Amino acid sequence: MESSAVTLEKNKKLPRSSSLWRQIARRFLQNKMSLIGLAFLIFIILFSFIGPFFSPYVNLGVDPTNINQSPSAQHWLGTDKLGRDVLTRLMLAGRISLLVGLGAMVMSVVIGGVLGIISGFYRGIVDQIIMRIADVLMTLPGLPLLFIMAAILSEWKVPTEYRIYIVMLMLSIVGWPGLARLVRSQILSLSERQFMQATEALGLRDTRKLFKHLLPNIIPLLIVSGTLSVGGAILSESTLSFFGLGVVPPDASWGNMITSANSLLDFQKRPWLWVPPGLAIFLTVISINLLGDGLRDAIDPNMRRR
Amino acid sequence: MTNEAPLIEVKNLKKYFGEKGGLFQRNVSVVKAVDDVSFQIHRGETFGLVGESGSGKSTIGKSILRLQSITEGEVLFDGKDVHKLSNAEMRNLRPKIQFIFQDPYSSLNPRIRVGDAIGEALLDHGLCEKHEVASKVKEVLEICGLSEYHMNRYPHEFSGGQRQRIGIARAIILQPEFIVADEPVSALDVSIQAQIINLFSKLQRDRNITFLFISHDLSVVEHLCSRIGVLYLGTMMELGSREQLYSNPLHPYTKALLSAVPIPDPTLKRERIILKGDIPNPANPPSGCKFHTRCPFATERCKVEVPEFKEVESGRFVACHLV
Repeated sequence: MESSAVTLEKNKKLPRSSSLWRQIARRFLQNKMSLIGLAFLIFIILFSFIGPFFSPYVNLGVDPTNINQSPSAQHWLGTDKLGRDVLTRLMLAGRISLLVGLGAMVMSVVIGGVLGIISGFYRGIVDQIIMRIADVLMTLPGLPLLFIMAAILSEWKVPTEYRIYIVMLMLSIVGWPGLARLVRSQILSLSERQFMQATEALGLRDTRKLFKHLLPNIIPLLIVSGTLSVGGAILSESTLSFFGLGVVPPDASWGNMITSANSLLDFQKRPWLWVPPGLAIFLTVISINLLGDGLRDAIDPNMRRR
Repeated sequence: MTNEAPLIEVKNLKKYFGEKGGLFQRNVSVVKAVDDVSFQIHRGETFGLVGESGSGKSTIGKSILRLQSITEGEVLFDGKDVHKLSNAEMRNLRPKIQFIFQDPYSSLNPRIRVGDAIGEALLDHGLCEKHEVASKVKEVLEICGLSEYHMNRYPHEFSGGQRQRIGIARAIILQPEFIVADEPVSALDVSIQAQIINLFSKLQRDRNITFLFISHDLSVVEHLCSRIGVLYLGTMMELGSREQLYSNPLHPYTKALLSAVPIPDPTLKRERIILKGDIPNPANPPSGCKFHTRCPFATERCKVEVPEFKEVESGRFVACHLV
């Protein structure tokens, strides 16, 4: 008790509990299913982003002499009706599908997170306005809304290279309301906790309340719902592209590659055209969901039991 | 009593819940959590507020610190009406008036290390330099019976008693003049309660802090408080010094409460006043004297007429027709 503040400088090494993030990582690593999901996701990412460098067909593109070949030693997954190597296209399509999924997720987490925090923290009229807009967007059925937006964009003749950004934006417009509601309700429930009343009693600034007290408590929620929403975004993008409203050829996405299943001949006779992209979507979304579930369990072990 | 102005003056405080019925202005029953309560707390004293659950103790505590809006009345701190200050003025006042919460488990943010939780208000109010924070945190931790060893740990690594010490450390690091302690020991088990109560006595002795101590445990209040107010259904029933109240309770409710305090001596026989029934629904309080439904001495007059809260001797107030 006698020791003055000076001693504090000498023994700087006070026991420091491992941070909550490290504990989360430890719990995550114990979950086999989510590790499988993570491993497959890493594989898909490498496949899509590194894979094309090993393919001899990347710059070749259309090859009229080699159309609709079945899988062989030269073309492992065969070629399509323009003679393009399906495996290479699958990789390139993976880049776009993953990027669209990730981009849409980031945008909806940013929009939904910021608006949700503002609603929950300031309440009152701001909350009313934001939540009514979210309500309207949530009552409109998502898919028709996307179709209408996409149709309008097609009318505007947006250059194909910008289309993927626009698809991201459209998906995040549909995606943010759910997130905003989730974040808002979390903020509201945190605000009723005594430690938030304590910040009031201590007279802390709003910025400190928001960034030091509220934000760290909702980041796990954002990570989990963000991860899970990537899967949803990839699915929506595939749906749009399948109908020719999302990413359009010559850009490949898994969704527009499946379009070939639309023709009866390709569907019956050339499964190498549509089975690989279908499997890629299926497995990617499943592994994202496994990863998301694993993250959720790791971050809040109580959630699983509920 | 000294003649200097009181540090805290509560005048005709009223807090009603559920007044406006939301969007469609439905008629929602009004709960009068606090109904016309007045009292003063003098500099350096510890004022005890006792009552059953639902009697409005915590509501009064939170209203004094403006952690809650009030329906009517005034709360003066050093002559200034707390509820009429601007937000900026209120923020400047905050460090001087602190609150200690009942539940040590939920009053600490689970994601903030204890040292940061205690020191952050100092930084936020610019009350000391950044490099001094650690030593100040260490100082208050030691006053509260913890050590710098605990600074980098998370709240979930502590027991209830330790967490309550952390809550106390967080309040006193700002060197407040006034602290509202809202049932600070009721969530702890008895052996830990004693330690925390001793910590409070130490703070009273060493730091000249004025306390409002809220509790439903009369023996705790007797140990710490110099003046005591007894609440029932949001109304003050009796107010007086500890000696006056414990040696000669005037209000039947106070008598009943005191007769229920356990005495650690099985051979001692005494008369217990057993109250009938439960505390009435505060949304629909009894007419006249609110206590008449359970009072063993109630008369017809008590059912009709609200008793005046009158001074019977110096500094002693009672709201009862029979006194």
